[in-house]
Amino acid sequence: MSVHTAASVSFPQCIGSCRAWGGSTGSWGRGAQHCLSPALPRVGAGQDVGRSCILVSIAGKNVMLDCGMHMGFNDDRRFPDFSYITQNGRLTDFLDCVIISHFHLDHCGALPYFSEMVGYDGPIYMTHPTQAICPILLEDYRKIAVDKKGEANFFTSQMIKDCMKKVVAVHLHQTVQVDDELEIKAYYAGHVLGAAMFQIKVGSESVVYTGDYNMTPDRHLGAAWIDKCRPNLLITESTYATTIRDSKRCRERDFLKKVHETVERGGKVLIPVFALGRAQELCILLETFWERMNLKVPIYFSTGLTEKANHYYKLFIPWTNQKIRKTFVQRNMFEFKHIKAFDRAFADNPGPMVVFATPGMLHAGQSLQIFRKWAGNEKNMVIMPGYCVQGTVGHKILSGQRKLEMEGRQVLEVKMQVEYMSFSAHADAKGIMQLVGQAEPESVLLVHGEAKKMEFLKQKIEQELRVSCYMPANGETVTLPTSPSIPVGISLGLLKREMAQGLLPEAKKPRLLHGTLIMKDSNFRLVSSEQALKELGLAEHQLRFTCRVHLHDTRKEQEMALRVYSHLKSVLKDHCVQHLPDGSVTVESILIQAAAPSEDPGTKVLLVSWTYQVRGGPQPTAVSTGVTTPPCPARPMVLLLLP
Amino acid sequence: MAAHLKKRVYEEFTKVVQQQQEEIATKKLRLTKPSKSAALHIDLCKATSPADALQYLLQFARKPVEAESVEGVVRILLEHYYKENDPSVRLKIASLLGLLSKTAGFSPDCIMDDAINILQNEKSHQVLAQLLDTLLAIGTKLPENQAIQMRLVDVACKHLTDTSHGVRNKCLQLLGNLGSLEKSVTKDAEGLAARDVQKIIGDYFSDQDPRVRTAAIKAMLQLHERGLKLHQTIYNQACKLLSDDYEQVRSAAVQLIWVVSQLYPESIVPIPSSNEEIRLVDDAFGKICHMVSDGSWVVRVQAAKLLGSMEQVSSHFLEQTLDKKLMSDLRRKRTAHERAKELYSSGEFSSGRKWGDDAPKEEVDTGAVNLIESGACGAFVHGLEDEMYEVRIAAVEALCMLAQSSPSFAEKCLDFLVDMFNDEIEEVRLQSIHTMRKISNNITLREDQLDTVLAVLEDSSRDIREALHELLCCTNVSTKEGIHLALVELLKNLTKYPTDRDSIWKCLKFLGSRHPTLVLPLVPELLSTHPFFDTAEPDMDDPAYIAVLVLIFNAAKTCPTMPALFSDHTFRHYAYLRDSLSHLVPALRLPGRKLVSSAVSPSIISQEDPSQQFLQQSLERVYSLQHLDPQGAQELLEFTIRDLQRLGELQSELAGVADFSATYLRCQLLLIKALQEKLWNVAAPLYLKQSDLASAAAKQIMEETYKMEFMYSGVENKQVVIIHHMRLQAKALQLIVTARTTRGLDPLFGMCEKFLQEVDFFQRYFIADLPHLQDSFVDKLLDLMPRLMTSKPAEVVKILQTMLRQSAFLHLPLPEQIHKASATIIEPAGESDNPLRFTSGLVVALDVDATLEHVQDPQNTVKVQVLYPDGQAQMIHPKPADFRNPGPGRHRLITQVYLSHTAWTEACQVEVRLLLAYNSSARIPKCPWMEGGEVSPQVETSIEGTIPFSKPVKVYIMPKPARR
Repeated sequence: MSVHTAASVSFPQCIGSCRAWGGSTGSWGRGAQHCLSPALPRVGAGQDVGRSCILVSIAGKNVMLDCGMHMGFNDDRRFPDFSYITQNGRLTDFLDCVIISHFHLDHCGALPYFSEMVGYDGPIYMTHPTQAICPILLEDYRKIAVDKKGEANFFTSQMIKDCMKKVVAVHLHQTVQVDDELEIKAYYAGHVLGAAMFQIKVGSESVVYTGDYNMTPDRHLGAAWIDKCRPNLLITESTYATTIRDSKRCRERDFLKKVHETVERGGKVLIPVFALGRAQELCILLETFWERMNLKVPIYFSTGLTEKANHYYKLFIPWTNQKIRKTFVQRNMFEFKHIKAFDRAFADNPGPMVVFATPGMLHAGQSLQIFRKWAGNEKNMVIMPGYCVQGTVGHKILSGQRKLEMEGRQVLEVKMQVEYMSFSAHADAKGIMQLVGQAEPESVLLVHGEAKKMEFLKQKIEQELRVSCYMPANGETVTLPTSPSIPVGISLGLLKREMAQGLLPEAKKPRLLHGTLIMKDSNFRLVSSEQALKELGLAEHQLRFTCRVHLHDTRKEQEMALRVYSHLKSVLKDHCVQHLPDGSVTVESILIQAAAPSEDPGTKVLLVSWTYQVRGGPQPTAVSTGVTTPPCPARPMVLLLLP
Repeated sequence: MAAHLKKRVYEEFTKVVQQQQEEIATKKLRLTKPSKSAALHIDLCKATSPADALQYLLQFARKPVEAESVEGVVRILLEHYYKENDPSVRLKIASLLGLLSKTAGFSPDCIMDDAINILQNEKSHQVLAQLLDTLLAIGTKLPENQAIQMRLVDVACKHLTDTSHGVRNKCLQLLGNLGSLEKSVTKDAEGLAARDVQKIIGDYFSDQDPRVRTAAIKAMLQLHERGLKLHQTIYNQACKLLSDDYEQVRSAAVQLIWVVSQLYPESIVPIPSSNEEIRLVDDAFGKICHMVSDGSWVVRVQAAKLLGSMEQVSSHFLEQTLDKKLMSDLRRKRTAHERAKELYSSGEFSSGRKWGDDAPKEEVDTGAVNLIESGACGAFVHGLEDEMYEVRIAAVEALCMLAQSSPSFAEKCLDFLVDMFNDEIEEVRLQSIHTMRKISNNITLREDQLDTVLAVLEDSSRDIREALHELLCCTNVSTKEGIHLALVELLKNLTKYPTDRDSIWKCLKFLGSRHPTLVLPLVPELLSTHPFFDTAEPDMDDPAYIAVLVLIFNAAKTCPTMPALFSDHTFRHYAYLRDSLSHLVPALRLPGRKLVSSAVSPSIISQEDPSQQFLQQSLERVYSLQHLDPQGAQELLEFTIRDLQRLGELQSELAGVADFSATYLRCQLLLIKALQEKLWNVAAPLYLKQSDLASAAAKQIMEETYKMEFMYSGVENKQVVIIHHMRLQAKALQLIVTARTTRGLDPLFGMCEKFLQEVDFFQRYFIADLPHLQDSFVDKLLDLMPRLMTSKPAEVVKILQTMLRQSAFLHLPLPEQIHKASATIIEPAGESDNPLRFTSGLVVALDVDATLEHVQDPQNTVKVQVLYPDGQAQMIHPKPADFRNPGPGRHRLITQVYLSHTAWTEACQVEVRLLLAYNSSARIPKCPWMEGGEVSPQVETSIEGTIPFSKPVKVYIMPKPARR
């Protein structure tokens, strides 16, 4: 008994599923804007810009991707509704691991709440820089929420510390085995220091989650890169789904020119920034420019959070771009020569200067203080490097307001120049397509964007890359059928034997080979039929097909056999045709016998018999018209004989 | 100092080594010749284990084998090969066979049969691969033998089905190197039917192993390099490989596509999924452009580089590479470049102040936007923004090449190049500035572009600034504001970096002479003249004022109305500058002044021919010399030398030739003079005094010949022969003089032998040129060589003496292009009265900046010498990186020289000058028996002597005693 099989077996069967989930109603709230990058002002119903939290089930494993918070709310809605995951069960039992892509609060802000207050004790994976910087930001956020706004029922410093103890740090391209089946791997994502894309793999099924990423390198970080890992699903952010950006060089040049001109005129430049990310890029930009142009004008950086962050930037050189990596032996680019710590008193100093101050939207703090001092002089300039929310001072001056009402009914007249520069670190539409092209996924899932814009990108991805694309709304679950390949072991002897038969081994083309598939203890083996019989202790049975051909012939059986023999002999010159002493004729393994049925001496019966395995053997064909054989199950064979 | 001494010791040491080696090499040759193969045989027989045998083989491989004994060695190796069981030893033997078959002078066809034979029985894949490699070596050695090639190709085809990738690799390599397309050889096609090699190689484009795929593409490229025309069908196969998983495959595929696109640029290919068709070169261009955003930077570099050489691509495809359709929220957005251009044309200068200035305009049709499949779209935009600077540089280079061939593209890429001036890596900035200079003929800078360009003038890197000055020299500016802006920025640059003075003046010179009409309206403002009032006379020594004047005077040269605007002192200053900075200030046609020099300029061109003629005539006159009596000859020589020197001074373009011939004639003159000495016949003791003159002459001739050989660029072999001949004569003279002055025979023996050796060398090196030297000294000398070899020194000297007198004056053929190497030290200028103070024992760094003209290989030859007042001399070898090459034949040396000395009581001057180091053995081709042997690297680089070739500059220094 033997069965024909191809070497690779595929079963169309749904094994894995993936669910992306946010909050479509009430408790999940609507998207707000991204906490640190200038994102889009608005929101739609389902798809969410900002706060990420995605749950993926892959081959029975549950992984939570990012654990972001919502900056727009001050109540329960700011954190994801974790009860959604398991109605009453413990999270630790349900989730196999949590992965944090980078340190922005909309990607990691809810982490202490999730692990300490809701309760999760499993591993949390993030890269080393994220692990270092994340607690600083969380602490800062906690301080603002609790100390300044006086909120109760918020996570404490101790909770942050406890939460960080559950973190397992990973290196780039390091394959981490979460358990026996689940493995994850980080890829470089640009965006901010330590941002990573993660590949989650169970068996032969895999999902790639990009987090936020940037495909164009900037002054301090490189471009996102991924190998051709061909995942089943690629979950990508789509903040700039409908934008193709201009070259960054123009932006940089503009920025530098503006700063340089103002400083040369003797004016002061204020650049309101958030502490991490763009701030460092702009610092590097100015620092190198100062170095190149031999300028002496002082540059200041507001102290506090930024100083601490800069310290980490200095340490994580391998995560930066080519230039910084290559030159850090001579000089670490983050050890700024021209940029010094800012002191409140410096703001009143005469002469030109450049100051980076937090926060970025001029809504409070140091940047606002300095702005108030300098706003009256038309020689000065303020450069807004990012987007500003409506209602903030930043937004007002950008929209052209020249007279601002401050607290205490004061009116501040803004005479200084106001500039806007967009420095954003998200991939644009082309970048997203490029990444999809690099990874070659089976399907793409768009998250972290606006529905209308995603629709456009979805259509493009389906058209141009011919990859199916999904864009679930918050709370919606997407289930993807996968066709996992099942590995089958093949015995070397069989493989070699089959290889020897073929001509050239052709790459990636299916080949047919004969063997027996044995399924035993959930593993599959392909062995030769002899071995299979031996292993199973079965005896070999031969299956023969026979057919009878009735011929009108008055001659004797022997004569008839002889005639058939001589005819076959003349026709089938390449094959071995034998006339056996018992009167039968063999053509290789096919046996032909002539018999005379007793009832009618005028007719003779020709018995033709062949085994099941005969394939590609002799094709007995004769010339003249005659009788056709009845259709037979094993192989179509036409036997034509002389009258 | 210690270091310096050490250096000296080192130099002498290397010289010694060199001589020893020559001797040893010759001796060894004789000793080892018969025993080489035998020794190997014994060694291999002694070997008890494979490891031992391997050791012996490794040792054996270290020494070269002579062509005669190769065959014997090969036989022994083969014999052992058959016996050997260990694959590693067999591998080594196989590799040795390959090495041996490469030996010069050995014809490897005799071992081919054996090699093929052992190939058939070999089981180990590694050894198989190595054997195929050996066959490759044999095949490449015998490119003429068609039958062998066919056979090897056959062998390769047979092994192509091997399971090991290494073997398949080598087979493909073999096919690529030896396979041919010609089917004409069918006459001896007994079973060796000419195969379609391309088809066979093409089949392996889809091999399962990426290494084999790469090898297949490389083999195809190799076929192309060997001049076989690839089929167009390969194009489609190669295109499929562009999406391979492995970067080396993709990288090679990009190359292949490029090759095919160059072969069939005009054939038409269909666009998949549409009915349209495009030219193949355009299609290939689109595909390569797509690879500029590949995941691997190696591929990106490769693709960006190749783009530059695709000149046949149609212009609209080309222009797409710079186009990246911007959009924001699905609305079309203009690039910053477009906006800048618009602002410029609307007359408003960039404000950038308005919020939403860059707000997107019209809606984009969602269906029409292509995000990736747009082929060439934005390839350069991506390339120039790449993370890796290697890619960016490649993109800039490609941009340069394409822009040079297409003016309209040059105009378009300008904005992008200007943007690159702000790159974070200096190399990229520099490269883009150079690129811009190269395409500057095709472009005119807009004001806003000029603005960005000029902003870079403040760069702290000198190279960048100087490159920018050179760029400004050859740019076209469109408006008078542009000129004004450039001048203002250059003056700013001058105040910030005063050392750029010369470069800025030069830049303004060209800027002025290029844009006279734009400068004209600026003159009153620049000279700050007033229609009614006299203004104060500016300071004549102010570099900024000189810079302005240089600009104006150069513009005035072609603008006759300009001088009318000058005030009195301007004319005075003109006269002064015309004298002091004549290379920057042209002769002007000024009202009321005599035009002294303006008449000269047109006449130079007409005079050129006569002066060339004059040179020829005077030289011919000299070469007919031998018939004249010595007295007249001397006079004629003296006159001619004087004439030539004067001619060289007058005609700069003939200076090289004139100097060169004058030096040669001077040598001849010295020789004649030395031989003319009346006292040659006087007995030796009385002669002592006079010998001074002769030996000094000999020495000087030697020096002059070295100068002739090494200080001129463009000296060809036929001149070198004559120079060496002259040197040989000088050596002969030296020998005669010493023979007459020294007593005792012992030193004479050595000298004679050495001299004869030199003659031997001469004969060997210049064997091809000997027929040209009819009737010359060496010709006669070689005739008598057998006699000289056996004669006593005294006799030799006598013969030499008569021969020197009788020998004819050799005609020096003039080379086409000859230039004398020269150097000028720009810095230190040697004007400062303030001594450079430093603590004794420590070092002080002195910046040296010099321009070198017509120096070949300055990295190895140019040295800096410092002479201290106490006679100490120190030679400094500048680093190779200190040399820049701003133009053909020109070099620039910017280096630091470290000075140190013990304490002095007074400030004193040290002399700094440049030396040209030479080594005559480096120029001569290597001796045949040295080839393949280990030539110690010191021999190549050692310095035989030096020629000073710049004016020394004096630097005032003052080492102070250290304070306690």
